[in-house]
Amino acid sequence: MRSRAGWTSSRTTRHLIFPPVDQALGPMLEVDGLRTSFRTPRGVVRAVDGVSLGLDRGRTLGIVGETGSGKTMLARSIMGLLPAGGRDRLGVERSGTVRFAGHDLTGLPPAQLRQVWGTQIAMVFQDPMTALNPVVRVGRQITESLRLRMGMGRSDAKETALALLSSVGIADPGRHLRSYPHELSGGMRQRVMIAIAIACGPRLLLADEPTTGLDVTIQAQILDLLADLQRERSMAMVLVTHDLGVVAGRADETAVMYAGRIVEQAATAELFAHPLMPYSQALLAAIPRLADAAGTRPKPIPGRPPDLASLAPGCRFAPRCPYARERCREADPPLVEAGSGHRFACWYPLSLEDADTPASDLGDSQGEA
Amino acid sequence: MRERTDGGVLLAYLAKRLVELTAVVFLISILAFLLVHLLPGDPSVAILGPFDTPSARAEVLRQLGLNRPLPMQYLTWLGNVLHGNLGRSFLTKQTVATTIGEAFPIDLELVVVSQVLAFAVAIPLALVAARRPNRALDRLATATTFGMLSVPAFILAVLLALVLAVEVHAFPASGFTHLSNGVIPNLKSVALGSIALAAGSVAVYFRLLRSELISTLQEDFITMARAKGLSTRYILMRHALRPSSFSLLASAGINIGSLLTGAFVVEYLFQLPGIGYQIIVSIDSRDYLMVQGMALVVAVAYVLVNFAADLLLGVLDPRVRRG
Repeated sequence: MRSRAGWTSSRTTRHLIFPPVDQALGPMLEVDGLRTSFRTPRGVVRAVDGVSLGLDRGRTLGIVGETGSGKTMLARSIMGLLPAGGRDRLGVERSGTVRFAGHDLTGLPPAQLRQVWGTQIAMVFQDPMTALNPVVRVGRQITESLRLRMGMGRSDAKETALALLSSVGIADPGRHLRSYPHELSGGMRQRVMIAIAIACGPRLLLADEPTTGLDVTIQAQILDLLADLQRERSMAMVLVTHDLGVVAGRADETAVMYAGRIVEQAATAELFAHPLMPYSQALLAAIPRLADAAGTRPKPIPGRPPDLASLAPGCRFAPRCPYARERCREADPPLVEAGSGHRFACWYPLSLEDADTPASDLGDSQGEA
Repeated sequence: MRERTDGGVLLAYLAKRLVELTAVVFLISILAFLLVHLLPGDPSVAILGPFDTPSARAEVLRQLGLNRPLPMQYLTWLGNVLHGNLGRSFLTKQTVATTIGEAFPIDLELVVVSQVLAFAVAIPLALVAARRPNRALDRLATATTFGMLSVPAFILAVLLALVLAVEVHAFPASGFTHLSNGVIPNLKSVALGSIALAAGSVAVYFRLLRSELISTLQEDFITMARAKGLSTRYILMRHALRPSSFSLLASAGINIGSLLTGAFVVEYLFQLPGIGYQIIVSIDSRDYLMVQGMALVVAVAYVLVNFAADLLLGVLDPRVRRG
């Protein structure tokens, strides 16, 4: 007998391929050696290059990196929701394994993978203006998955949609069911998108830059909303952002991505207090702080991320790293564990290193957060 | 309450379009009126012959009201037109309105049947092709429609007549059977003409919709729909088709409008006495009042068709209503 986590419905049982997720053993998500590359006219671009990570039920993992570090592609690759070929993408290849609640998703045929999307793993997209269909009313964008994936009837779906809109903090949900996306404010659109993502009771939520396009005050509201929903529904969440301030205090663990790889991962507080990899440290130094003296400017990271189509040997951050030495330009540092789950990829990690580094000008930020 | 606001916005949009429409129709009426006045020659010569006296000519012009200032003549003419009086053909002695009343339904039928055919072929074909662009099926459909586009309607019409009428006897080769003689014979009589007209439309509609669909399928909201676990078929039909249909709609408006007169080659070949056919005959016999009346009717129909397309666009795309 198969049944479903989340809202149950008799009509959908025939679609199910998943045993009850709550009874499955082991972590919610295990990613091992995940690689995603695009064939482009310029060559093969390794957007995700050998990422391994794990996430327990109900926990939050922050993934932080600059634009182009591969964090969005990592989220898409975990879900298996990769773009089809396009103008500048001739083909997509993915290897490695993604285990969700103990089940390997990478081997699933598309039709079965589709059954996982929305009901087991859902995604909140970066830009709600483009991710909501401009010519479909908000109501149908919520109810369609309830009806098609959960097998609800018209009136049940509508009632659930009203409840969902209320739960994401939209006042007068009855009116907004009939709205089109362009009639809503940016914050409301993001709330609608979150309502859509949680509609079918997923166990894992992938939030890809959920607050990037929003005002700072709205950002905090949306992040709080996500945290509340996560607690209520005991969802696991992957929070992808370029902003370390977003993961601070919200993610249990944080992984820093650079050029398609995880370069450091630790419990969030530990990472903020003791970054081992110079790139993490530089990201921390780029956050403006209230405690800074007046007129202090955040320190930008000089240079740009490497071209993923033509990578030089050695550490990928070496060209921008103030501490880079000969070895950094010759050999690629592996991701190693420093104890208590703190992983890093650096030949000369910061806190373990001493003296002969020009760390003094960056070191101020380490004690805070 | 929400419906009322929605309807109000749509009504405002319609009202705006209606004002534009009236202005365009007004301009068209002036042009149609001037059409006859710009013609060389003197109507009194045409009526009295070349050898009558100047005073008799002046009398004829006075009787016809042609000695009054042009704006006055226009108003008189416009008043008549609004009462359905478009004049009388000096050749057939039939009123222009009667002739148009008989011819126009034929065009309407040709256009409706050919466009229904064109959409019925082009839309499913574009959906299938856009789903996997540049794969075998897409290439085949693109090549086929390109072929259809490059064969002129009159060649296709002759081929159709040769195969389906002369060889197979499935359809009559020429002539129009009125609806009062039965629906099937009536449809059969316009079938070949409609197919010939549809071919060109299919090619245009397919290519437009296909390329719009391909770019729509790259949109974030399609990825979002995929992330909901919806089927590809559902996503194509319910998420991609509507936002991809705007340029199709606009081009259909223009295409249908021009088919109203552009069908004359097909009408001539299949001996279907529609407006396009009648205009050619009237021009050939210098039946100017007939030409004037038909030009007016066709122009107004053209404007109305495009108004309908705009209207439909306003219904399909909620963002347009604000503009």
